[in-house]
Amino acid sequence: MTDTAATIWPPDAAITAPDLPRLLPPVPLDLAGHIGVHGPLRYASAPRELIEEIRAAGLTGRGGAGFPAAVKMTAVADGRGRAVVVGNGAEGEPASHKDRHLLWLAPHLVLDGLQLAAEAVGARRACLYVHRHDQLLRLLDHALAERSAAGGDRITVEIVAAPPRFLAGEESALASRVGGGPAVPTFKRPRVFERGVGGAPTLVQNVETLAHVALIARFGAAWFREVGTAAEPGSMLVTAHRADGVSLVSEIPVGAPLTEVLGLGRRPAQAVLTGGYHGAWIPVAQAATLPLASAALRQAGASLGAGVLAALPPDRCGLAETARVLRYLAAESAGQCGPCLNGLPRTAGAFTELSRPGADPRCLADLERWSGLVAGRGACHHPDGSVRLLRSALAVFSGEVGQHLAGRCTARAPAGDRGSAGGPGPAATPFLPLPAAGPGTSRPTRSRPGRR
Amino acid sequence: MATRLRVNPIACAGHGLCAELLPERVTLDEWHYPVVSGEPVPPELESLARRAVTDCPALALLLERIR
Repeated sequence: MTDTAATIWPPDAAITAPDLPRLLPPVPLDLAGHIGVHGPLRYASAPRELIEEIRAAGLTGRGGAGFPAAVKMTAVADGRGRAVVVGNGAEGEPASHKDRHLLWLAPHLVLDGLQLAAEAVGARRACLYVHRHDQLLRLLDHALAERSAAGGDRITVEIVAAPPRFLAGEESALASRVGGGPAVPTFKRPRVFERGVGGAPTLVQNVETLAHVALIARFGAAWFREVGTAAEPGSMLVTAHRADGVSLVSEIPVGAPLTEVLGLGRRPAQAVLTGGYHGAWIPVAQAATLPLASAALRQAGASLGAGVLAALPPDRCGLAETARVLRYLAAESAGQCGPCLNGLPRTAGAFTELSRPGADPRCLADLERWSGLVAGRGACHHPDGSVRLLRSALAVFSGEVGQHLAGRCTARAPAGDRGSAGGPGPAATPFLPLPAAGPGTSRPTRSRPGRR
Repeated sequence: MATRLRVNPIACAGHGLCAELLPERVTLDEWHYPVVSGEPVPPELESLARRAVTDCPALALLLERIR
């Protein structure tokens, strides 16, 4: 399969296929720099050729769900009516930085991927949906102007700004926003790839996925598979929050040991969060045996998500950290579904009680009952993801639960911690990144899209 | 053709008519929102299920075919 692929897509002799990192240049690349590094955009010579190449590459979505990119593209290409393609760079997860990092350093790789995906599914409209950030929006406007000056893309790209909300990048919320509505999830019948923006079949791909598409189109499936594992090929962008408080975005071959990615051997940690705030905690001893790979993490009851990893240092209280995140997630509910609207604030409240030394033991029964009541009952996966995080915290920090019920907390706040004198007890400043008060505590924005 | 009930959780406003009409398939949670069983609706309950669907003030209850 890959041999055939290589004959369809011979690597351009003048351009050397990049070793890792493939996606992230050391400095931002303008169009000339981008073409100098990767060569010009290469369109497929026959319809479906690129989709078949992506299928051979085994590329999966890098936005969190990990769905095979070619399957989605085929479904959209086969759908009724002219398709819409949207590059998703909303990245509402506060602990994730990889998408804005990629857009900042390699905007043309993402824009190439968007053009290729639009061509492959025969789209009539192409949008880039990104975080509402002035500098980023200016950079993208500039990148689009460069492309237009250089002869223009086959399809004009609209930039649509995403509100700074956790759920803004959820596929149906994105489809609603790009279609002129609010960026909140909708009840998906039928699915977005069948009927999304304005009822058209809509291909939503994460911006990193599109960047991989741009390179697969140039260098082929066999090249893509040179890193990663046979089952999960390629590389992926990771936002790693190390136990020493350093956060890094890097490109990692899928299958690399978590120990390496997070430096677990060098810096003590008690637990690892994988898959971001809809993900799960894993005890550090178990995490140290696991690779950065979807199947292995799933088996461990966790997920890869959009590549957010965090190693919790030993002096932190995992219950206090989780309680903060659960309160944030509850505030980020779009408030549309009764079980989520009612259940998330209550579970977050009960978990906050649990995060306190001397917690009322009745909060455990409440958590058990309420988490059972919200899971699976929303229009989107927000309640399910929140419950997954909650349950993993109860399991992984069960020792700390016992301590809290007995009136103690084993964490020690660092000296100089805001709101505490340092010493025993949970730290007042979060280890896991959360947005400053503001968007996370207000109701969802329902403003109309303002840009173009 | 086997059918089952499904609720559109966004449209649902927690009126609770469905649980009154069809307690065999719908119960209310402690916030008065329906917990709908995904089990097939047996023939003897089908007319009640249809009524629950049409009587829902929010049009949030669906009777869908099981494939």
